[in-house]
Amino acid sequence: MSVNRGIFVERRDFNEDFQQAGHSPAEWASADRVPEALVPTHCSFCGVQCGMHLRVADGEVIGVEPRNYPHNRGSLCPKGVVAYQQVGHPDRLRFPLIRKGGKGGRLERATWDEALDYIADRWKAIQARHGKDAVAVYSGSSMTNEKCYLVGKFARVGLGTRHVDYNGRLCMSSAAMAYARAFGIDRSPLPMTDIPLADSIFVVGSNVAECFPIMMQWIWQARDRGASLIVADPRETPIARTADLWLPVRPGTDVALLNAMLRQVIEEGLVDEAYLAARTTGWDAVRAAVREYTPEVAERITGVPAERIVVAARLYGRAPTSLIMHARGIEHSTHGVNNCLACINLALARGQVGKPGGGTMMITGQGNGQGGREVGQKANQLPGYRHIDVLEERQYVADVWGIPEPELPQEGAAATEMVNLMATGEIKSCLILCSNLMVSLPDNATVARALDSLDPLVVIDFFMSETAERADVVLPGSVWCEDEGTTTNLEGRVVKINAAAQPPGEARRDWQILSALAERMGRGRFFPYRGAREIWDELRLASRGGVSDYYGITWEKIEAQDGVFWPCPTEDHPGTPRLFTERFGHPDGRAKMFPLRYEPPAEEPNDEFPFRLTTGRVVYHYLSGTQTRRLGFLNDQAPEPWVEIHPMMAERLGIRDHEVVRVRTPRAAMELKAVVVPTIRPDTLFIPFHYGHAWAVNQLTNPAVEPACKIPEYKACAAVVERLDAAVPAEPGAARQNYTPESDPKMFPYAVGETKAPAAQEAKRY
Amino acid sequence: MAIKTLFVDPSRCIGCRACEAACRECDSHKGESMVMVDFVDRGRSVATQPTVCMHCADPVAPCAQVCPVLAIQITPEGVVQQAEPSRCIGCRNCVYACPFGVPKFDVEARLMKKCNLCYDRTAQGLQPWCAQACPTQALWYGEYEEFVNERQGRAVNLTGFGTQSVRTRVYHVVGVETPALDLAGLLREARAEVGAPERPRQEAWVL
Repeated sequence: MSVNRGIFVERRDFNEDFQQAGHSPAEWASADRVPEALVPTHCSFCGVQCGMHLRVADGEVIGVEPRNYPHNRGSLCPKGVVAYQQVGHPDRLRFPLIRKGGKGGRLERATWDEALDYIADRWKAIQARHGKDAVAVYSGSSMTNEKCYLVGKFARVGLGTRHVDYNGRLCMSSAAMAYARAFGIDRSPLPMTDIPLADSIFVVGSNVAECFPIMMQWIWQARDRGASLIVADPRETPIARTADLWLPVRPGTDVALLNAMLRQVIEEGLVDEAYLAARTTGWDAVRAAVREYTPEVAERITGVPAERIVVAARLYGRAPTSLIMHARGIEHSTHGVNNCLACINLALARGQVGKPGGGTMMITGQGNGQGGREVGQKANQLPGYRHIDVLEERQYVADVWGIPEPELPQEGAAATEMVNLMATGEIKSCLILCSNLMVSLPDNATVARALDSLDPLVVIDFFMSETAERADVVLPGSVWCEDEGTTTNLEGRVVKINAAAQPPGEARRDWQILSALAERMGRGRFFPYRGAREIWDELRLASRGGVSDYYGITWEKIEAQDGVFWPCPTEDHPGTPRLFTERFGHPDGRAKMFPLRYEPPAEEPNDEFPFRLTTGRVVYHYLSGTQTRRLGFLNDQAPEPWVEIHPMMAERLGIRDHEVVRVRTPRAAMELKAVVVPTIRPDTLFIPFHYGHAWAVNQLTNPAVEPACKIPEYKACAAVVERLDAAVPAEPGAARQNYTPESDPKMFPYAVGETKAPAAQEAKRY
Repeated sequence: MAIKTLFVDPSRCIGCRACEAACRECDSHKGESMVMVDFVDRGRSVATQPTVCMHCADPVAPCAQVCPVLAIQITPEGVVQQAEPSRCIGCRNCVYACPFGVPKFDVEARLMKKCNLCYDRTAQGLQPWCAQACPTQALWYGEYEEFVNERQGRAVNLTGFGTQSVRTRVYHVVGVETPALDLAGLLREARAEVGAPERPRQEAWVL
């Protein structure tokens, strides 16, 4: 920088320059003095886990430099570029806080001993009076495998509670279940670097460009090779804009579209019969089930013109190698599992799964969304995808943990069910980490009631999130680059996160906090860790022989070969980038196909609520926005939510672009800016979900869940948009319900002591 | 040897502003971006486009030509530098002269600011930050021959303004004129088969 720049600074005192003579040099003279180090690591945000270098000088993270890693090749999206600014952020929590005046009091500074003792005393009292399960743990997947693993162990060994679950329930538990049912293994079957091998790419319900920008370079490499691109989405997203064919599907009707495409593929004789006979079971039932979905029928249900469905089926079906990519758009549904299975049926019928560049690919959203669901923090799972209700698998993990098998709790409530248990008082206290329920769960008025009924609500976070604001005790944790460990990205590639800084103030690493809590609970001997590596080595052992076998993955191996794909059962095993090349994960080695019928979303428009409201992301924010809304550049780009509405409807309703409007559903109403754009279906509204308080779209969303995996239906509910001068009806009103009260897949169906229905038990196997 | 330069391909731009975020990371102008990403017409499309300095080659840099104090200098490689802060008098001639609307005047600093192709990086054989970060290679850095080999689209570096034209160091990428896939034909054919040429009115927006 030029020294002259300061000349034009207002009110600069030139005399001072002369007075400085002979004194210690001015600040700028030493500004470029420090030698800096580059710490190789990965981004803290989405499931791609791009490689990056952090610039570190004097123990401070001062910037970012590109890192040529196999899957991002030096590129970063805007979130990745500014991720490092979380480290020294002024909003960071630096010391523990306790609400000393009880509920309604203020959060006040406390020492660690005070905070930990308070929590442990309360927990011991609650557990003595109400049983072990009265304390729950609600976790997240945006942290390392080591932490996720430790959360599961902490809940089951440290607290002895069966209620432990995580926010992956809200993310893609439906896709996970679909892959486990169809293939026997829940992992994306191929690495991102395979995408350019595809001749046709069909993206269903995924705004790849905004949510996974780095994947676009692989899609575009395929496009450069001549691959066709088909996108099904109710909005013309940046990837839909460049697609050959955009299928503007009505939210929640994907099965009809996919079945119609499969029917057309059959009609054209494009089915790979030899593959189906050799490698799958259940094809005949699927063939019979799709017969009724003619393009015309599908057009009536989905709103996609019939000829587009036919052309999409031809482009997809005629390609020698074809790839289906899907994400939250079809997974956040009361039929999420079926939606994913419909994609799988289509890919299997074309004989694509197991082929380089072909098949289906689920795009995991959270940073460690893949690892988080494998290492045992899910209500029904133990490390390595082991089932908590299978005796041999329980026994193995109990042995690794050094506890008798009967002491290991049984399956607990799913994250979405836990909220009801809090509200009804079965859960008295909850530890929440790495999750912001007040932004992320649907119908958040109910969530607020549930959280407020807890005493104490304990939150570990590094910023004061909307959930932490309601806590009785807040413990300051660490951001990703203040600790080391591993994450598993959306390809199943295990990568290494390295530490670049120390936690600020009195903040601690999350595994240290959990270990300290376990010690206070009298279970310290099970948590003797001196570093994250010891946790990793225990995790490797705990996953040994499981579906996601990490045993052969050492930190050294990750460094040496730029990530290792699980399963990797032995130390000399190179890892498994492509799955299903010869056999599927089921005992008979075959993939299962399931006949699927279209069923409507739980809630549909009627005269009172004529629109379908769908929610989604913007490129500048990550999940609940706790991190990204605090990073200046990102927040400047999208500081508040908006509602997208088609000009045709805006005209009819008298709504102008950028006017503040009211969006109302049977649950609540919110006011926000209208953006009138033709890039959305006229019968659909879109609101991004990253915002809190009055701007949280999850005030409006429907808490109906998929019956088996309990994922909420974020992507379709009935809504109305109106001008602010319109009168608000006294009664909230009702939309069309597609369920009777008995069959309603509610978010909170869990009753105390209730045994699960047979369907749920079958589902639980996966 | 062919020179390395930037290729700007708006058809691939997803509007994520990674280039802006990355540009702001440079220590020489921390917190300010020399790249701009704009919605072309949000009322019609989600199309976006990044604007970087085109580093005009012929006629050589109009901004430099009009600078009364020779503050804008051009390196032997043909990279047009930002106005040298110790010389710039803040007259804004360059802002008006640029045919692409690139130089920005920083009122507070009273200095002209624009992209200098990350001279500190590119002189060392690295990529400029914007192209390095760009997740979609809408901004791409490399040699022309490499581009032609790897990518679809036509790279052009001659831009016409009325009777004048400017040849630039940086290339724009325009789409191929006849796409390999005859989508309109496929749709016509399919429409005849499904036998539903009459669309209900509310679906007219799709086409």
